[in-house]
Amino acid sequence: MNDSIVQLIVIALGSSLVSNVVLSQFLGLCPFLGVSKKVKTAAGMGGAVIFVITLASLVAGLLYEFILVPLGITFLKTIVFILVIAALVQFVELFLKKYVKSLYKALGVFLPLITTNCAVLGVAITNVNLEYNLLTSVVNGFATSVGFAIAIIILAGIREKIEYNDIPKPFRGMPIVLVTAGLMAIAFCGFAGLI
Amino acid sequence: MKQCMERLYNGLIKENPTFVLMLGMCPTLAVTTSAINGLGMGLSTMVVLALSNFLISALRKVIPDKVRIPAYIVIIATFVTLVELLLHAYIPVLHESLGIYISLIVVNCIILGRAEAYASKNKILPSLFDGIGMGLGFTMALTLIGLVREFLGAGTLFGFSGADLYGTPLPELLIGLVERWLDPNSSNETVRFFYKLLTDEIASFTPMGIMILAPGAFFVLAVLTAIQNVMKERGKAKGKDVSKIQSGCNSDCMNCSDSGCAKRLIEPEELDSEEVCDFDDLFDDENPGEEEAADE
Repeated sequence: MNDSIVQLIVIALGSSLVSNVVLSQFLGLCPFLGVSKKVKTAAGMGGAVIFVITLASLVAGLLYEFILVPLGITFLKTIVFILVIAALVQFVELFLKKYVKSLYKALGVFLPLITTNCAVLGVAITNVNLEYNLLTSVVNGFATSVGFAIAIIILAGIREKIEYNDIPKPFRGMPIVLVTAGLMAIAFCGFAGLI
Repeated sequence: MKQCMERLYNGLIKENPTFVLMLGMCPTLAVTTSAINGLGMGLSTMVVLALSNFLISALRKVIPDKVRIPAYIVIIATFVTLVELLLHAYIPVLHESLGIYISLIVVNCIILGRAEAYASKNKILPSLFDGIGMGLGFTMALTLIGLVREFLGAGTLFGFSGADLYGTPLPELLIGLVERWLDPNSSNETVRFFYKLLTDEIASFTPMGIMILAPGAFFVLAVLTAIQNVMKERGKAKGKDVSKIQSGCNSDCMNCSDSGCAKRLIEPEELDSEEVCDFDDLFDDENPGEEEAADE
């Protein structure tokens, strides 16, 4: 894998905009729909996801390269990754609570929600499947989670606006949010020509 | 035995994981681009669900309560790895088209939900059948959604177009059918009008490509949840019990912020003081309507 800057930029653009993690891969749909009522909470969630996914890509990449591959047990990656991610999130929560109070205040409540978020595991496995090295893995993880943050903040903005609209009764609540997400997905299809 | 049959019915219709409980939406949206993908994903999930339910139920007295969730996750992940390796070896085409979503069965909330809600409290055989029933319900839902999306988006069913099945393309087949009922040379003005209308309509049919792309998935799910809302309202009006038995987090993923764990976690004081909006009464009770699966 060639590690030139251009390649990293292509990966970053690709996973944040072109194949957006929620709008085209449907990973992390639960927090996307569940925590997008207000821009403020959506931004908090986005921040927490960026933090966790970037860290998880780094840890998963390290584990894969220095433990699973040398021992020849790469087939155990699903089990190892899910356990490590769950433990990592718990650990990060405890660490922030004790030492970085301000960050914990901003992100703390969102961390437990991310433990079994499929986007985190999804990114770790994608990194392995595409044979990214450590640097590209971290860049890919960061870009993917930035894509998530962009999508959830836009959706929250739209939801705040449509709160007072006169929507047909059966479509009130979740259905109209899904229609909104569908329209956003169409818009994001426009990025397909970018790279 | 009666209990086992009841479990199958429960998973397929009464508490269908997709149509009623709205669980496991990520794979549902991602892999239903065609009916065959939906079927493959559903069956893989069913195998994992049945086996993990079986093992978790068998070990329910051995696993200490404090570490049960990690233990369940290890069991589930083991079976997922098995299924993934088997698919890779014997059905490489399906392995290719499902891709990363096979590994992500681990985080499918149906599986952990059933382990928590049923298998950890019940005997082995009913737990196994609960897994099979839920898995079949999930398979049915995914196949149905896949069929609809594939038909609208590509004009085929299970990868077959009309040409493969009957030797004639679908539009010609339909026009033939119309000709049986309406005579194009009829003296009746209305008959000729309808003949022209229908055949023009059929001849100009082009599949809506967007239905098999990502946005189509959101639209399909939007319509499904809208139907669910209607069914719930009707059930409530008839005085039926529309609150469903809890899944893992005592709620479904779609309404996480309204009734699930997210409500507890996210700015509770803000949620409490919040003005009750108009549509909140739709989501007041924790779970959606009963008759959704039957409706499909």
